[in-house]
Amino acid sequence: MGGEATKAISKEILWGGGRSPFSVSYGKMMMWYFLVSDALTFGGLLTAYGFARAGSEAAWPIGEQVFRALPGLEGEYPLMYVALMTFILIVSSVTMVLAVESGHRNDKAGVLKWMAWTIVGGFVFLGSQAWEWSHFIHGSGGMFQLEKAVTVTADDGQVFELKEGEAVFMDHHFGHLAEPWIEGNPNVSLVASDHGVKLVEVGEHTHEAELHSLTLNKYIENESHVSGAEMMKLWEARGANFSFGANLHDSEYAVQQQYADFFFFITGFHGFHVFSGVVINIIIFVMAYKGVFERRKHYEMVEKVGLYWHFVDLVWVFVFTFFYLI
Amino acid sequence: MERDDLLVNDSYALNAHHSEEEGRKIRSKIWKVTGILTLLTTIEVIMGIYFKRSEAFSWTVIKWSFIILTLVKAAYIVMVFMHLGEERTNLRRAVIVPYFLFICYLIFIAITEGFGHLGAFQMFH
Repeated sequence: MGGEATKAISKEILWGGGRSPFSVSYGKMMMWYFLVSDALTFGGLLTAYGFARAGSEAAWPIGEQVFRALPGLEGEYPLMYVALMTFILIVSSVTMVLAVESGHRNDKAGVLKWMAWTIVGGFVFLGSQAWEWSHFIHGSGGMFQLEKAVTVTADDGQVFELKEGEAVFMDHHFGHLAEPWIEGNPNVSLVASDHGVKLVEVGEHTHEAELHSLTLNKYIENESHVSGAEMMKLWEARGANFSFGANLHDSEYAVQQQYADFFFFITGFHGFHVFSGVVINIIIFVMAYKGVFERRKHYEMVEKVGLYWHFVDLVWVFVFTFFYLI
Repeated sequence: MERDDLLVNDSYALNAHHSEEEGRKIRSKIWKVTGILTLLTTIEVIMGIYFKRSEAFSWTVIKWSFIILTLVKAAYIVMVFMHLGEERTNLRRAVIVPYFLFICYLIFIAITEGFGHLGAFQMFH
């Protein structure tokens, strides 16, 4: 111990009767103060996100358009996966609070059981996030920017007057071959087909992907599909700027890079918190198993770690609203 | 040297103990709150899928209902799961008041500055 605590000051003077005005232990109070400061960090990140979004001149991607895939399934399930992740985290928060409750009854078996489930929940969440990152990084088709202005009619009859630099989105199958083609892979070539163009990959296996339709405003409300001759007008007006998936320099989700950057930073920073939470949970589980808390006659350590774990859930509740929903 | 904080702390930790009887009550409360949190999340998701952003007015209403639902969820987590509701008023305020003041400030910054300097972020792009 350093500072004032090493000096011989009687407890009566310090706390006016041996009890702190907060009636909690030093460790628990400091955990609360840490959580307050950490919450400010996340608050700052989400505010920066709102600032960038409100200040953006180009359209900003929205959650239910970007996050609408489920692992192993074709089709669109807007926000389902994120909702599932939220639910997993809430459930693991519940098992944590049940572990704390068991601790208050000095029930070692209960603490071990519920801590184990909490750790499992943490790993499931981390796995889900890994899949979501992977899906976000790989993207779903890619986009290119127009080199010149063009006017097209969408399948639904709507007329679009597109300016130079406007984003046009490819479908999943065509984009899959378009990526190696743009990167200059000699096995992939663009050839004319009955309806327009297709990409052909030769090699061990031959793959073909026909350009069936192009999409406008894919990650924005009211996406529109363009096909046939109108689609070819868009294709002919393409520039050299193709983007596939997302990384720290480039993303298919928007012309501006900030969206992908904020996704990586906010969910990554939260995921890092979940990861350290799982590690701490494992340490506490081992300590409980070895009977450290039994000898101490109380399980306050479980409660302190529980505070951190609930905080991680709390942050996700805010990320869910401010990043995905709004 | 004996650590005076540990000496006192054990008594705080022991104070938190409860009986089997109280435990049952606490557990039923936990499951009730779980149900509420799940319900609120489901409502948010359904609203997120169902309502369109195109109509500017209704979207403002939806947006604020998301924020309010989130704050309700956050309150349940902090007050019940994190037991802040059972702590002393002093501690409760020490945690909530500074954060509340700062979050108001952050929201103010986000709303006014965000719209006031359109394109400011493009400088860094």
